[in-house]
Amino acid sequence: MEKFRTFTGIVAPLDRPNVDTDAIIPKQFLKSIRRTGFGPNLFDQWRYLDEGQPGQDHSRRPLNPDFVLNQPRYRDAQILLARENFGCGSSREHAVWALADYGFKVIIAPSFADIFYNNCFKNGLLPIVLDADTVDRLFHAVAAREGYALTVDLAAQTLTTPDGEVIPFEIDAFRKHRLLEGLDDIALTLQHAGEIRAYEERRRREAPWLFAPVGK
Amino acid sequence: MSGRTLYDKLWDSHVVRDNGDGTALLYIDRHLVHEVTSPQAFEGLRLAGRRPWRPQANLATPDHNVPTTRRAEGISDPVSRLQVETLDANCREFGITEFTMDDPRQGIVHVIGPEEGFTLPGMTIVCGDSHTSTHGAFGALAFGIGTSEVEHVLATQCLVQKKSRAMRVTVAGHVGPGVTAKDIVLAIIGEIGTAGGTGYAIEFAGEAIQALSMEGRMTVCNMAIEAGARAGFIAVDDVTIDYVRGRPYAPTGELWERAVAAWRELHSDPDAVFDREVRLEAAAIEPQVTWGTSPEMVVPVSGRVPDPAQEPDPVKREGMEAALRYMALEPGTPVTDIRLDKVFIGSCTNSRIEDLRAAAQVVRGRRVADNIRLAMVVPGSGLVKRQAEAEGLDAVFREAGFEWREPGCSMCLAMNADRLEPGERCASTSNRNFEGRQGAGGRTHLVSPAMAAAAAVAGHFVDVREFGR
Ligand code: SF4
Repeated sequence: MEKFRTFTGIVAPLDRPNVDTDAIIPKQFLKSIRRTGFGPNLFDQWRYLDEGQPGQDHSRRPLNPDFVLNQPRYRDAQILLARENFGCGSSREHAVWALADYGFKVIIAPSFADIFYNNCFKNGLLPIVLDADTVDRLFHAVAAREGYALTVDLAAQTLTTPDGEVIPFEIDAFRKHRLLEGLDDIALTLQHAGEIRAYEERRRREAPWLFAPVGK
Repeated sequence: MSGRTLYDKLWDSHVVRDNGDGTALLYIDRHLVHEVTSPQAFEGLRLAGRRPWRPQANLATPDHNVPTTRRAEGISDPVSRLQVETLDANCREFGITEFTMDDPRQGIVHVIGPEEGFTLPGMTIVCGDSHTSTHGAFGALAFGIGTSEVEHVLATQCLVQKKSRAMRVTVAGHVGPGVTAKDIVLAIIGEIGTAGGTGYAIEFAGEAIQALSMEGRMTVCNMAIEAGARAGFIAVDDVTIDYVRGRPYAPTGELWERAVAAWRELHSDPDAVFDREVRLEAAAIEPQVTWGTSPEMVVPVSGRVPDPAQEPDPVKREGMEAALRYMALEPGTPVTDIRLDKVFIGSCTNSRIEDLRAAAQVVRGRRVADNIRLAMVVPGSGLVKRQAEAEGLDAVFREAGFEWREPGCSMCLAMNADRLEPGERCASTSNRNFEGRQGAGGRTHLVSPAMAAAAAVAGHFVDVREFGR
């Protein structure tokens, strides 16, 4: 996983509560054998006017001009501003894969569904919880100014607005460390590679049959 | 200090490090791979530039999507075909042994692991599939994992795990004739419920369990997950060791002797303490039939479809009413009055040679009833199929009017072309009777192979104990 660096990104507002994982990535796309490539189908039923199917040429589909991500001013957004209970519904990791593949790095909301929140960290996406009033204020600020961008500094745990206002946020130390170092669960386990090898050597002596290779 | 449970022994011998936060890094000896839950894991490896930690600890085979007819023509559904081809390509790229669709050893992952001796006592075994608990029959710690964990095991040969609590389910005494492993496990689930084992690892014990063959023990452990437990297992004894001896990947010579000595320790100590104990009397267990949409909705074949009006708990009552509506059954109907449209003998629960022998014994010299539109036997692996054919079982089934198919998951979950049509009612030897599991609108009754075979002949459920001979 890439290290999470300080960046300044355009904010796109998605002004509805309880956005569920089926809305984030509809179920017909779960048959995919890939972890990437879900970006074009992010919010599929809101983003396009037709019904999406796997394997289509999405560039030729009719866009819903009213959907926020289709508005030119939000096209390059890297921060999604959302309302409460974002990511509720099924546990599908595909929802996070789709947001990350689209290009989002941060999601700001007053609250997140539990499994979705956990899945974010497995995939380098930073979910930031802010109180509902602050989120509301941001919605107004984003609407009022085209090109509204926030600077996200994870190490300092702050957001900085274009006016220089600094908004602090909370995150647990263990997760912060993992994102900053770009450590995924696998990378974390691989930090103990020496211990794994030592275990293997000991077991190989005690119980060599466990290591018999599976041949053709 | 009290003695250790089998679970303690399996757990302790695989801890690489204690993380100090309630989790441990657990070493995984064996990993089974199939086409549905692995593609994103392999892609994850590729994106991160990682290689499998120990490629030869893995064994792959396609099973969920493979067709059970005209195998030589390949897979017609392009989405299914792509998943299988992707597995082939990933295994080639990462150096993982695969029994491809045309390999005579191909089959359901949980059938081929034990059959090959890939599954051995004392191991930790995982697979991106909840029925991995099957392998616990060998005195192994085996459980299902998600796609992220599949990638984690491939890359590190370890998993970060939290230890479960220990439960022992003792089935005391002996079952009567005509009562099988499937009936025992359905009775256990009926007793403790589908959430009864949540948070536990279950050890199955007692004379009735010890009296089972390895096939029967696998059937019991297979359905531990249906009782809510991620893992279920049984102590090692002579039956286990006799089964493993001579399997292709089993140890030989001096190594075999050493292994057997170690395996003899794989049982709970007499003074071991469990967090929960459940006891059933084997003699009271009859052949079982599920009537609803959850495996705990089960009654003896001599019983009747229950009446929700008798259920005091309102939540349970509503669940029963919904299940009866879906299943189109009236409360009070004798189980033996339930007429069927299809019969499916197969799945990782009941598709091994012993299962097929039991079913064949019932149908030998008889005919499938006229109201049965399709009765099919799907062997669990190519080797099971070959063995059955060598014993002439295929002919017994064919002459009775059954279809004899190629190995795979088939109608257990209807991911290939085998499925129920809306409203069709099926006697099935599989493990899940959820709504739509065997096809949208399909109605599933879970039973043993002998009960399924007898139902095919009668056209409705019958008590196999009173059936002819
Ligand atoms: S036979 Fe059924 S339960 Fe077993 S692995 Fe296949 S789909 Fe899953």
